[in-house]
Amino acid sequence: MNRSLRLHLLAAVAALATVLSPAAAAQPIKLGELNSYKTFPAFLEPYKKGMDLALEEINAAGGVLGRPLAIVSRDDNGSPGDAVRVAEELVTREKVVLLMGTFPSNVGLAVADLAKQRKILFLAAEPLTDKIVWENGNRYTFRLRASTYMQTAMLAPEAAKLGRKRWAIVYPNYEYGQAATQAFKKQMMALQTGGIEFVEQAVPLGKIDAGPVVQALADARPDAIFSSLFGTDLARFVREGELRGLFRDRPVFNLLGGEPEYLDPLKDEAPVGWWVTGYPWYAIDTPPHRRFRDAYQARYKDYPRLGSVVGYSTVQAAAAALRKAGSTDTEKLVAAMKGLAFDSPFGKVSFRALDHQSTMGAYVGRTALKDGKGVMVDWRYADGKDHLPSDDAVKAMRPAD
Amino acid sequence: MTLASLLAQLLNGLAGASSLFLVAAGLTLIFGVSRVVNFAHGSLYMLGAYVAWTSVAWFGRGPVGFWGGVLLATLVVAAIGALVESLLLRRIYAAPELLQLAATFGVVLIVRDLTLATWGAEDLLGPRAAGFAGVVDLFGRATPTYELLLIVVGPLVLAGLWWLLVRTRFGVQIRAATENRALVGALGINEARLFTQVFALGAGLAGLAGALQLPREPANLGMDLAIIAEAFVVTVVGGLGSITGAFLAALLIGLVKALCVVVGTVEFGGFAIAFPKLTLVAEFVVMAIVLAVRPYGLLGQPAVIPATTPVAEFRALIRPPGRRSLAAALALAAVAALLPFTGDEYRLILATDILVLAVFAASLQFLMGGGGMASFGHAAYFGLGAYGAALAFKHGAPMAFALAAAPAAALVGAVIFGWFCVRLSGVYLAMLTLAFAQIVWSIAFQWDAVTGGSNGLVGIWPAPLLADKRDYFWFVLTLAGAALAAIAWLAQTPLGYALRGSRDSALRAEALGIDVRRTQWMAFAIAGTFAGLAGGLHVFSKGSLSPETLAIPRSVDALVMVLLGGLNAIAGPLLGAAAFTLLQDGLARATDYWRAVLGAAILLIVLLAPMGIGGALQRLFARGAR
Repeated sequence: MNRSLRLHLLAAVAALATVLSPAAAAQPIKLGELNSYKTFPAFLEPYKKGMDLALEEINAAGGVLGRPLAIVSRDDNGSPGDAVRVAEELVTREKVVLLMGTFPSNVGLAVADLAKQRKILFLAAEPLTDKIVWENGNRYTFRLRASTYMQTAMLAPEAAKLGRKRWAIVYPNYEYGQAATQAFKKQMMALQTGGIEFVEQAVPLGKIDAGPVVQALADARPDAIFSSLFGTDLARFVREGELRGLFRDRPVFNLLGGEPEYLDPLKDEAPVGWWVTGYPWYAIDTPPHRRFRDAYQARYKDYPRLGSVVGYSTVQAAAAALRKAGSTDTEKLVAAMKGLAFDSPFGKVSFRALDHQSTMGAYVGRTALKDGKGVMVDWRYADGKDHLPSDDAVKAMRPAD
Repeated sequence: MTLASLLAQLLNGLAGASSLFLVAAGLTLIFGVSRVVNFAHGSLYMLGAYVAWTSVAWFGRGPVGFWGGVLLATLVVAAIGALVESLLLRRIYAAPELLQLAATFGVVLIVRDLTLATWGAEDLLGPRAAGFAGVVDLFGRATPTYELLLIVVGPLVLAGLWWLLVRTRFGVQIRAATENRALVGALGINEARLFTQVFALGAGLAGLAGALQLPREPANLGMDLAIIAEAFVVTVVGGLGSITGAFLAALLIGLVKALCVVVGTVEFGGFAIAFPKLTLVAEFVVMAIVLAVRPYGLLGQPAVIPATTPVAEFRALIRPPGRRSLAAALALAAVAALLPFTGDEYRLILATDILVLAVFAASLQFLMGGGGMASFGHAAYFGLGAYGAALAFKHGAPMAFALAAAPAAALVGAVIFGWFCVRLSGVYLAMLTLAFAQIVWSIAFQWDAVTGGSNGLVGIWPAPLLADKRDYFWFVLTLAGAALAAIAWLAQTPLGYALRGSRDSALRAEALGIDVRRTQWMAFAIAGTFAGLAGGLHVFSKGSLSPETLAIPRSVDALVMVLLGGLNAIAGPLLGAAAFTLLQDGLARATDYWRAVLGAAILLIVLLAPMGIGGALQRLFARGAR
């Protein structure tokens, strides 16, 4: 069933309810959602499923503020210009009470700036850029996922423990990869005393020339490797690196490498023993996660990916904000979001009043092969709140509201 | 860097060059014969990888599954190519040059969504090639045997094609058609069948290249656009239609890229230059240099066929607008000015977008329709304008000055790039504009301190006076209306006539005392200026910009808008921009598979109205008047 049809049905149900019981005369509360569905389908299809699951659960429990929730979803075509246009449509035509979603950082930042201009709440679900809450942070924008900085900070202490001197860094040549590289170097130099040196390879996003890159890294004879590659680039890097023996006797750290979206396509060629951040859905047995996983698998006959958690949590966060605000008024919602605590599949998460970053963490562990599939072992949950810079450092970066 | 590591990297470069050559060979073959700029070639390549993956899934990872899959992919994709040619392209060979580009763009959109629907969103990792899964020791380094195989396959395919072209009757026909397709038809050779066969052959090569890529890269939905620009570059650097040239060009580019990676970061008198970062644009820099020295690529020949359409009927459409057209335009503007009173704010936002894109498309139409100079990189001027305005604004200039900086920045870019471009013609010229656009893009993408890098710049909103959407709409309506009128007027000035004269016959124009290059250069500057104005208006309506403002998809959008609207119709840009924007906006809301439906809609327009919507309307009115 497509989105608009579902919306119509919801509206029809709501209309029917109006006729039958005047007391429940409730129009749905509309949440505006935009994302690059056709540009990054591997991440966003599970994301949408997670979002829909949360919506169904909330409405089955009676909705929010006595009204059902509805999500109006739009494709932003992976382009900031188009994203601003569809966001305007959601605000002006659909009269949504808040905006949420977005995937790439440049789109997230553009919508965040629109939110500031338009004075509407924007809950950035997926963009990892540090800037969206720091350098370009604003009163109306909140971000759910653990940022590039946070995820790097989760891996860096493990890397520093090894005491290796010469690091090779390979990263996709755009803001995410650059920021990860910069954060890693900075943190390593702070954590590890004594000489440490870095050699770098920046590769065009989605177009890594794996042979030459792996060869160049091997020729640099590093002691260890830090990578922020993901998706197709990661798959090519892994295969070529295994073939050419790049990873032999070298510890490898890979940001995001344990996310099912990027680990699962590698099948039986998933690397073994890498330090990664990710999401071991099969092994997390906390009550909130078990409940989420069971509901998800029952609903979709498929296992959840990290995107599913992000989509699910985004809607839960929005509902929690509406409940706490007791209203759909933007200013009240913004006030409610500051310090808002809500239940995610990863447990209690809150949005910091200081910089609007959520404390949602990530799982840190090592990769292994099990039944011909890549998994994470020896993992632990790294809480987001423990991997952020000092409050003063954040205040120095973030402009006043 | 030791000699051994350099040699090992040369091998890597050779392997990369081989797989690049396979894609480009098919493209150059197709272009040589049919003059179709096949934008869907990357999609065929992607399909090849997916078909091979399916074969492995069905028949196992052994030789049957893999090598059978390579064969199957080649055949299946060849068949798809034949289908595309005979059902679609054959119907529009007589249409204006480059209309096929819009059609193949529609095919790209459809193939993307069909692939997503068929194979799903997740990347599909294929097996290592059966029999070539291991490594051998070369120069003290583990070298994958598959890379060595690829190094051999490239020259083998080259030899095979050479034999086909030189030794067989089919090859003689292809070469004849490459040189003069009208003559081939006149000699009684079945042109339609020849075109279908060549298209199938080229498509099959793309399928083969895609299948052979599978051990190196998982089948994924980004393969089509990731390869297409590079394949075009190889084709053009080699010389359009020249297989050997494509091979040399692939070698050149493959080696340059591998060298960028191996050189690493180098210190030059205090400056650290990170060569690996250059891989982002290496092929375009190579192309710009090669075309500056050799205007027809390494082994290309000047085209026998004129750059513009030979069909007189399409050119006859150009005449000064009559009194009725003027009245219609004024009435339209008056109605548009009332739009803010309808109360629907989103309608205003859409209308603003359409007006901005109409100016952008009109500037390209001026260059393409009037000047006969297609630009595949027109986004450069739009983006330079947008960045010019944004940077001026960010450095404290008031909105009026920032907006004035937009056309100024674009003008500077157009004057510089245009000087080089007007020395070329046809697709070579178009590709050089693309090279410049990509170089500008990569600067915007990487110069963090100034342009904000891949994230771009935010917070560029209009002055309080124009902050209201209605006021901004009226402002854009006034400026865009003036710009569209100015472009239409320019086409009727002596400059406009000189430009069309230069397009239709450079020789006669020169004989009449027209400085052809200078005229074309001026057209470039004018087109760039107006595109820059559109970029400036765009950035203030969106509040932010990022490098996608000057990336390839935006250039393609502009081309599609011009072609949909009509290459030579005065109202074309406005109609094209409106059709494109409204289709995309409406379809994206109506269906999850909006890309495929948009592609189908583009195909429909192209087939039903090969002269564009504007051309079709003009014809309709002309018939009515008679």
